Amino acid sequence: MKMTRRAFAAGAGGMTLAAFLAACSDTGGGNGGGTGGGGGEGGELTPVKLQLQWLPQAQFAGYFAAADQGFFEEEGLEVEIIPSGGDIVPQDALASGNADFCIAWVPKVLGSIEQGANLTNIGQIFQRSGTLQVAFKDSGITTVADFEGKRIGSWGFGNEWEIFAAMAAEGLDSTTVEIVTQDFNMNAFLQGDIDAAQAMTYNEWAQVLETMNPATGALYTPEEFDVISYQETPGGMLQDAIWADQGRLADDADYEATAVSLLKAVIKGWAYARDNVESAAEITIAAGSTWGPSHELWMANETNKLIWPSANGIGVIDADAWEQTVSGALAAVNEQGQHLITAEPPETAYSNDYIEQAISDLGSDVDTTGDGFQPIDVTLAEGGN
Amino acid sequence: MTTEQASLRTGRPRARTRGAQLRATAFGLLGIISVAVLWEVYKAVAPENGVVIAGTRVLPRTTDLAMPHTWEMVARLLEPTTSQAGAAPLWLTVAEAALLSLGIAAVGWLVGTVVGVGLGLLMQFFQVVERGLLPWIVLSQTVPLIAFAPVVRSWGSRIEILGWQWPQWLSVAVIASYLAFFPVAIGMLKGLQSPQRTHLELMHTYAASRWATLRTVRLPAAVPYLLPALRLGAASAVVGTVVAEVSTGYLDGIGRQLISFAGQASGDPAKAWAPIFGAIALGLVAAGLVGLIGLALRTYRRGEAA
Repeated sequence: MKMTRRAFAAGAGGMTLAAFLAACSDTGGGNGGGTGGGGGEGGELTPVKLQLQWLPQAQFAGYFAAADQGFFEEEGLEVEIIPSGGDIVPQDALASGNADFCIAWVPKVLGSIEQGANLTNIGQIFQRSGTLQVAFKDSGITTVADFEGKRIGSWGFGNEWEIFAAMAAEGLDSTTVEIVTQDFNMNAFLQGDIDAAQAMTYNEWAQVLETMNPATGALYTPEEFDVISYQETPGGMLQDAIWADQGRLADDADYEATAVSLLKAVIKGWAYARDNVESAAEITIAAGSTWGPSHELWMANETNKLIWPSANGIGVIDADAWEQTVSGALAAVNEQGQHLITAEPPETAYSNDYIEQAISDLGSDVDTTGDGFQPIDVTLAEGGN
Repeated sequence: MTTEQASLRTGRPRARTRGAQLRATAFGLLGIISVAVLWEVYKAVAPENGVVIAGTRVLPRTTDLAMPHTWEMVARLLEPTTSQAGAAPLWLTVAEAALLSLGIAAVGWLVGTVVGVGLGLLMQFFQVVERGLLPWIVLSQTVPLIAFAPVVRSWGSRIEILGWQWPQWLSVAVIASYLAFFPVAIGMLKGLQSPQRTHLELMHTYAASRWATLRTVRLPAAVPYLLPALRLGAASAVVGTVVAEVSTGYLDGIGRQLISFAGQASGDPAKAWAPIFGAIALGLVAAGLVGLIGLALRTYRRGEAA
């Protein structure tokens, strides 16, 4: 009897602690988008889960801006933005029904589609590849052809295919280089363990430029490096896109309507991030990004450059760019001799129907091409702080 | 209970004198200082590029990028996390994240302990259960966490009872408890089985019920086995929490902070060490809290040894 009571007390204590923690985490949450299901004054809002492919940062500024500026509500949506940053693979979360839409790079999802995931690209937000390969000036690596015999950095996890596609286009076999796996920072490159490191224009390139050069006592400058942009090579591939569940698009008219509404809100979000880049960077910091303000602003600005101008309208998939991504994915062979894909993806792998509908619905209210887009100049502080 | 164990226990001083306590604190501080001194001496003496033997680096680089000075790391802790207006000092940011993780680990440890003790009791009571369950318990720990964590998170995200939505931190706590229950279950079972046969037979001659035997012989005998198991469980819960936070993409804890500050280590090398210190402090506090349980059970253990 005594025992039972004691066990009960322990259980009750645990529950109290749990309730307390729940209260804590609710106030401390940094998920940006609304949480919790429906209810309240916006009773008819459609709940949507949008899975990102990494932690909150300005790479996703348009989505956080749409949440912050109420664009999702305007379109009748209650969007929960789910960050990744761990073992969550966005296209897997989408395929398994844990998310309604996801943001992911095209080559990674092409691999998943070939393995059976039934997904459709409904909006190609990034029109250009933001991947660079960065080498010190004295290393003599100025083109992909110079990779031969060198130590080439890559993050792996599906981020490496542009490297192999570009090498394949140069007739270089992946075994002719030593692939070194990079971690979350550029230390291995800066300390000479890697001859040419993979870097995104909006993130790792800034990490290099906000690091003190011990030889000069000042921050590294772009002049000290040779930079290869994959966008300029045949290996360049399409990156951040919005993916939907193809099966649900085919059977569920409500889901199709939700997709168009989501795209409309997202377009407005990215247009906001283009026209208010400082504010967009602040929004992502408030949404839980841990970068310093100068790094965040750099990221928001560089992300804009990958989107704007969008000649056909933001998110519209350019058939040539898609074809280049597919042929690069077919040609690429990694250092273990594996292929990303072995056959052309199905017709359903992308559709411009939804994004074109969204653009025409928005009409002249929103500038969806950004013809006059001018990036700003961002000065990076040490450590991005 | 062997005579050795009994004599050890009775030989232990009942309360530490004040001097002994001071000495323990001094030794603890000395340990920390000597690590810092070792760090600085290595940094000063070893070659800048570390030591590479046959293409493999056996000793790390000593550059400021790889090994910031200890005082820089401390100074960085006192500076604001970022230059954003209103940013908290770095130590506070780290402490908040570590505290949150500690809370999650505590829930995980508590659940793991309850489950572990329950399983231990069940296995002791019914040998069939022990035979059937023990292999599964062992097997459960071979499931790789990175495969397991997203599944738990995905299940959790679908749970909604009467408007109460499964919070994400609970998935992390469940994973922590999954690691924590194992040593507790094993330790509990071993402890319950530890009384000497003569003691059990004596209870049998008293016609004592299984319940009475459990209460007066088996449970007291289990305490010395259970305490280290609880400590192991606490360590597992902390590790599980940190890893599960990363795996499930939980944003507010120390695990995510380790990742995101590591990403800032090129431009701000000292900053990346702050969450590492936070994680160490977290582990120490968790171990200390479990140590308090040992203190609370001391009277119990004295009675049992007498």
